[in-house]
Amino acid sequence: MPVDEAAPAIETVGLGRRYGRAWALVDVSLSIARGSTVLVAGKNGSGKSTLLRVLGGALSPDLGTVRVEGHDAMADRQGLRENVALLSHYIYAYESLSALENLQVGARLIRKPADRQRLLELLSEVGLAQRADDPVQTFSAGMKKRLAFARLLLQEPKVALLDEPYAQLDPPGLKFVDQLVPRLKAGGATVVVAEHLLERGAELCDRGIVLERGRVAWTGPAERLPSEGGLIVSRTAPRAA
Amino acid sequence: MIGLWAALQKDLLLTWRSRARAVAVFAFGSTALLLFSFASGPNTDALRRNAGGYLWLALLLSSTLSLAESFQAEMEQRALEGLLLLPADARHLYFGKAIANWLQLAALGLALVPVMVVLYNATPERLAALVGIIVLGTAGLSAPGTLHAALAAQVRGREVLLPLLFLPLVVPVLLAAVKATGFVMHGDPMGQLGSWLVLLAVFNGIFWPLCALLFSRVVDE
Repeated sequence: MPVDEAAPAIETVGLGRRYGRAWALVDVSLSIARGSTVLVAGKNGSGKSTLLRVLGGALSPDLGTVRVEGHDAMADRQGLRENVALLSHYIYAYESLSALENLQVGARLIRKPADRQRLLELLSEVGLAQRADDPVQTFSAGMKKRLAFARLLLQEPKVALLDEPYAQLDPPGLKFVDQLVPRLKAGGATVVVAEHLLERGAELCDRGIVLERGRVAWTGPAERLPSEGGLIVSRTAPRAA
Repeated sequence: MIGLWAALQKDLLLTWRSRARAVAVFAFGSTALLLFSFASGPNTDALRRNAGGYLWLALLLSSTLSLAESFQAEMEQRALEGLLLLPADARHLYFGKAIANWLQLAALGLALVPVMVVLYNATPERLAALVGIIVLGTAGLSAPGTLHAALAAQVRGREVLLPLLFLPLVVPVLLAAVKATGFVMHGDPMGQLGSWLVLLAVFNGIFWPLCALLFSRVVDE
């Protein structure tokens, strides 16, 4: 299907998603321009991860419509997934396989070059080349996160969804993320970052969105998010009557 | 086909890495065969006559362990979800897993034959035919077993749910495999073996494509 270059990379209208009877996202309508970088902020349980998982095709919406790169999340989920890469809280790897074997499995399944040299280069980019042949179960949490980054780079996505990319990383890892987002953007990708570190995230992004109890509570330029949106993130939730 | 081969390679590699579990499943199957002989009592004729049935019951019980284990690695760190998001074709993932399970169950069945021969003093008259029945019968266990193991792996109480869903469904496989095994062990004067093999083949012909179609519904949110 030809993609309308002028159309937004991500468009949601009245998006709702629930777990059992609890709504995690309520009437979320967003339009994210192609090639932009967006910071999604909000307290724990505000719906950030759910939003990214719906945009990434891991969860289906219960209400509303979601289109990513022109592909509808319900009608054409496979097409959506071909254009999106999701860095999740889960590392999406087999613990008994090595880092290299995990990347080989992914590369072969999506018909990307799976030769050792190319995959070692990917692992080298994320600082795992020395441990390429070690089983993932011997990795620290930070190293597993680095492997997840390698997997994302393997996909060469048009839309990259990064859920708390700084979590569990050491200082060189934090620097890697600081460099990754501009690099993805320079490559033409649209990047959505869900992050608690507002100042750090705002430096990387053009726009900011704050979610509160599953609803969009604030949108604006990312540089104003720490001061304006940050008030929403830091305020105490009203007590239930 | 490239995707299917990639999925199969992945599952065979995972199976190889967890081969210690395969030894445990074999020990379980052998123990079951031993216990059946205790339950039958010291009647050697009855043991020999029912050897085929005991072999398939041991294989069936062992298969619930083996099938459940096959999705353990997929659920840790949500690796299967990761493959679906890549996006990999769910049918390729199903066939890769089901074929790997089939090979594992067939190997287990073949490994249990000598145990059966020793415990029950029941030597098959046509060994090649018995191998064929084991290959065909374990294919019939693997196709629905892989689908149900995927379903059970995602919910609590998976240890109970898998046998509950899986065992009633494979009654035709058990029936046909036991009958066919009996004929190759003790002779087939009426020529009935072929019809039971046809039943196994038809079961496989229906359930392999059907389960592949249903797999994405089961594993995808």
